[in-house]
Amino acid sequence: MNPLELVGAEPGPPFTVTLDGREMEALPGQTVAAALWTAGITSWRTTRGEGRPRGIFCGIGVCFDCLVTVNDRPNQRACLMPLRPGDAIRTQEGTGHDD
Amino acid sequence: MTEPSLAVIGAGPAGLAAALAAAARGIRVTLIDSAAEAGGQFYRQPAPGLGARRPQALHHQWRTWERLRDGLRAHVQAGTVRHMTDHHVWFVERRDTAGFAVHALVGPEQEQPAEVRAAAVLLATGGYEKVLPFPGWTLPGVVTAGGAQAMLKGGLVLPGRTAVVAGTGPLLLPVATGLAAAGATVAALVDSADPKSFVRRSRTLAGRPGKVAEGAQYAGQLLRHRVRTLLHHTVVAAHGAERLEAVTIAALDRDGRVRQDTRRRLGCDTLAVSHGMLPHTDLADALGCRVDGTDVYVDDEQRTDVPGVWAAGETTGIGGSALSLAEGHIAGRSVAARLAGRAPDPGEWAAAARTRAGLRAFFAAVDSVYVPPAHWAEQVTDGTVVCRCEEVSAGAVREAVRELGAGDLRTVKLLTRAGMGWCQGRVCGPGVAGVAGCAETAGRRPFARPVPLGVLARAGETEEQ
Repeated sequence: MNPLELVGAEPGPPFTVTLDGREMEALPGQTVAAALWTAGITSWRTTRGEGRPRGIFCGIGVCFDCLVTVNDRPNQRACLMPLRPGDAIRTQEGTGHDD
Repeated sequence: MTEPSLAVIGAGPAGLAAALAAAARGIRVTLIDSAAEAGGQFYRQPAPGLGARRPQALHHQWRTWERLRDGLRAHVQAGTVRHMTDHHVWFVERRDTAGFAVHALVGPEQEQPAEVRAAAVLLATGGYEKVLPFPGWTLPGVVTAGGAQAMLKGGLVLPGRTAVVAGTGPLLLPVATGLAAAGATVAALVDSADPKSFVRRSRTLAGRPGKVAEGAQYAGQLLRHRVRTLLHHTVVAAHGAERLEAVTIAALDRDGRVRQDTRRRLGCDTLAVSHGMLPHTDLADALGCRVDGTDVYVDDEQRTDVPGVWAAGETTGIGGSALSLAEGHIAGRSVAARLAGRAPDPGEWAAAARTRAGLRAFFAAVDSVYVPPAHWAEQVTDGTVVCRCEEVSAGAVREAVRELGAGDLRTVKLLTRAGMGWCQGRVCGPGVAGVAGCAETAGRRPFARPVPLGVLARAGETEEQ
């Protein structure tokens, strides 16, 4: 059993996005965070101070731990941001403004 | 203004119940919510693109949701409710003559402003999870219990294969059973509460047979999914290099201290952790509403002490969806009467008032049972990050108290930056207070979410459209 089976999901056709330039698939309606979790990725940012890895913590937009760069815009909350075909996700280092 | 209008902020159970009740009584309602679909956290729906045919498999009280959802649809179609999705309210402004202006940011990027005018406002802003710090709690794979549930309900995803669900509180039960039903192996449900406390409160429980049945249902599901339940135990630390690999758990002694001889390691790639819930009170606070402890004060009609502002649901005190529905039901009726210029008849909501009284008493008992271990802060090593945004360690907080004389949360914040980051202390507040050994005071924030400076600079430009 997986979550999709549990609810009898029949998602629309998957589309392609990129994570740090590598192609990956996402399902329609998924947030950045959900697509990354599906791909087995739980960390996509390093902290500003100690460069420690972070991903989802609160899952509802309160904690800002899941910040990520989407289409060159840093500091987007991955748990809130729905993906669209062709979106370019980049792991974010520090404030995301260095590059 | 031609007809009385109400802005409801939050489309969870409380906001929906209130919006439907008010709209049915001739009030023009604008329902403003940050999500793409109504439902709030409790009835969070999978994105439509995921094509879920049986979303109810992840839900409780589905019939109630269907009733709310259908009611909302009917009102939206009839034009009596305007449902503004993906609107993130950052401020509610009180205007002397024209009621209120609700300021929101639109869309996932939250850079474009929107404004809604209304004669009255109902705050149904819900709550969020409280998590106390412990070594390793910043590792990827450690998520809040509610966060794990939100990702599962909304995105149909699991954070990993093997989960431990830990902390304290009734929320741990649906989270553990939900993760297990969706295919995760739940290695353990770890609750620091002492089951003996329930027995002492059996009268409160006896008064709520529905809650006893709910508990029994969860117990059956835990058994079926072979989830080991460890009561009066706590997570001492989470381990891993780049992500979670294991947790150390231990039993607690009678005083709430870790029994060191009982420490053991459980392998897992996910830890869903929760130490209770906190109400969202930012908008109420900025409006000048009285906040008692962590909860927005309301009277019997669900009115705050600021004229024209009502509040319902978790924002007035954590108590679950049934209490939220009762409060919303009452608030919507009160708004309708008051905006029509008459005093409402409480007889109209007698049943909801009884439900409200019963559930408030029940959750007061729940709150006294599900408390974090008395000495939890002793397990927080000096090297543990307590403020996640600003990466402030427990050691720095202790130094601020011991060496620099900080005696309250505000001074700790000024000396260490704990609580000054993106989340503005929403996540670290209780943890920092506990480690510092000072009182947990409600944070005062002028805005409920970050606002781009460009939006602030333009605020007021569209004074009269």
